[in-house]
Amino acid sequence: MFERKFINGNAAVAHAVRMIQPEVIAAYPITPQSTIVEKVAEFIAQGELDAEYIKVESEHSALAACFGAVSAGCRVFTATSSQGLAYMCEMLPYVSGNRMPMVMAVANRGMAAPWTIWGDHQDSVSMRDQGWIQLYVENAQEAFDTCLQAYLLSEDSAVRTPVMVCLDGFVVSHTDELVELPDLQAVQQFLPTYQPLYSIDPATPFTFSIGVAPDRYMEYKYSQQLGMDAALHLIPQISARFAAIFGREQAGLIDAYRCADAEYVLVTMGSVTGTARVVADKLRSSGLKTGVLKVRSFRPFPSKALVEVLSQVKGIGILDRNYSFGNQGALGTEVKAALAGNTAQQQIINFIAGLGGRDIKPSDLELMYQKIVQAVELDTVAQPVEFIGLRG
Amino acid sequence: MINSIKELPAEELVYGSMACAGCGGNLALRLALKVLGKNTVVVTTASCLMGVTTFYPQLAFGVTCVTSVFPGTGAVVSGVVAGLKRKGREDVNVLGFVGDGGTVDIGLQALSGAMERGEKFIWLCYDNEAYMNTGTQRSGATPYGAITSTTPGGPNEMWENRPKKDMLAIAVDHGIPYVASASIAYPDDYIKKIQKAMQAPGPAYIQVLAPCPPGWGHATSQTVAMGRLAVQTGIWPLAEHEQGEFRFTHRPVNRKPVGEYLNQQGRFAHLSPETVSAIQADVDAKWDKFNSGCGF
Repeated sequence: MFERKFINGNAAVAHAVRMIQPEVIAAYPITPQSTIVEKVAEFIAQGELDAEYIKVESEHSALAACFGAVSAGCRVFTATSSQGLAYMCEMLPYVSGNRMPMVMAVANRGMAAPWTIWGDHQDSVSMRDQGWIQLYVENAQEAFDTCLQAYLLSEDSAVRTPVMVCLDGFVVSHTDELVELPDLQAVQQFLPTYQPLYSIDPATPFTFSIGVAPDRYMEYKYSQQLGMDAALHLIPQISARFAAIFGREQAGLIDAYRCADAEYVLVTMGSVTGTARVVADKLRSSGLKTGVLKVRSFRPFPSKALVEVLSQVKGIGILDRNYSFGNQGALGTEVKAALAGNTAQQQIINFIAGLGGRDIKPSDLELMYQKIVQAVELDTVAQPVEFIGLRG
Repeated sequence: MINSIKELPAEELVYGSMACAGCGGNLALRLALKVLGKNTVVVTTASCLMGVTTFYPQLAFGVTCVTSVFPGTGAVVSGVVAGLKRKGREDVNVLGFVGDGGTVDIGLQALSGAMERGEKFIWLCYDNEAYMNTGTQRSGATPYGAITSTTPGGPNEMWENRPKKDMLAIAVDHGIPYVASASIAYPDDYIKKIQKAMQAPGPAYIQVLAPCPPGWGHATSQTVAMGRLAVQTGIWPLAEHEQGEFRFTHRPVNRKPVGEYLNQQGRFAHLSPETVSAIQADVDAKWDKFNSGCGF
């Protein structure tokens, strides 16, 4: 049983939180995330969710409060964007290093300066190495579905790693779509109550978050990688289980669209994926064998799954809505690294587009495919990193 | 009600810490935990005390301890309080045990948020008047005239030229139910204040002066003596602000000259007689305000 609601991505996340029933929520506003914590507050006010709602004075404190509540054995939730995520940066490895299960929604937004409220992936991508799992969604339905899966993943005893559910600012966070909401019972069947491994109990005192010397530190970091390895294994399984219960196909680590016989594939993350599929369809009808490969799990990075899809593709475009200054887009680096050692002759271009909320139009995506085709035909890449849609 | 240090339980709830000989902060923690007992969670942060108690495998706490980030301790306290409430464990004492830097400087925002939210917790600021853990750099709680590693002496007179930040007044202005100053040199007074903090219906803030032999430049045997002189000279009054009422808990009858306190510490050894007189004048002015009925 489910109901259909016409809601945006932020509301979808809030409805997921209502059904997941975290015990403690820390809330601090920032555009474009704010309506998530507003809606969650409304659910509590209306008696639809029973949770402690801590009105913190900053994002740093939002994550610090979650850290405290997880120590007390609670399931927690918070959300942020952009500068707020940057402000949390110190807390991110504290949470992941302590192997604390937690889910945080990130409504993606570009980083100032120049000051902007609009979407790109610079905020969460720049937190790539803080030990959090990062799942990128493309629409409101996937935002809802992924939040449910993220808790199951994060709380798994082999994973015990926090998860960011990343949804594009405005394009997903503020765009109304039809979203199917399952009934609470089905959600509870999918996601059991959180059972902490350790929690504060005066009868059995622990010291949480210890200090260690060089003779022990590396083992803790290695254990985080084991958690990521477990997540890489588990993400497709959780997606499959979700699909079986709720009847909606899930991307798992990646989603390969018309890639089986594709000669030209565009690798994407987030909301642009839908537009890319439309463009790929159009180009297919004109005879080009085009496909779209969506990366849903950026951390852990699904190198093996990705190579399986891309190993025989002639031309690959990698679309980044972020930029690592002095090099290229982060997804570009990752995909190229995954393909290192692949013996097939391939042309790869890293496209940078949609920074600071600039629209990525179908014509931009067509241009990207054209550039890939051209590179394959000429057997060379003119420009390995190209900004698309720059003002003239 | 425990009225005296003699009535404290023998059991140590912080044991085997690696603190320096004569550490005032360690004494503040030991006494506080003896009063609070085992039904306590300590939230601590970057500070000497965290360094000397939570470094594996030499874990010194006999109660649960959650170590936290420097700017976020107040928020971690809030999270622990909310989490324990959720688990039906509102009976557990939640103690933020934090140095002066983690309280008046980098931790102030999160502490302010926690005090403003009104949750029930105790914040114990052990005040050794500088960042001692990292090598005696000045903090907002460093007093006027002190030499620290970032306010050195020398011909350009870079020694601390600003008065100590008045965190007690800041705490009072948050409208919390209990605020007190205390000293490790007056343990009976300190013990009573911890108990009042336990019973407060919301946030309780205690700032306990904790002399630091290496940072202040006095002999390790003189920690308690320095604590006493700070009170006897009127530099560190012992008082409390409870449900809107201010009162002294120990009032020196004849205040000793501040020079008796300053002259015994290496950090003040450079002060000219004129500067000592200026500090005396400041302390006298503060007491004029106290005597005219002003609180913290």
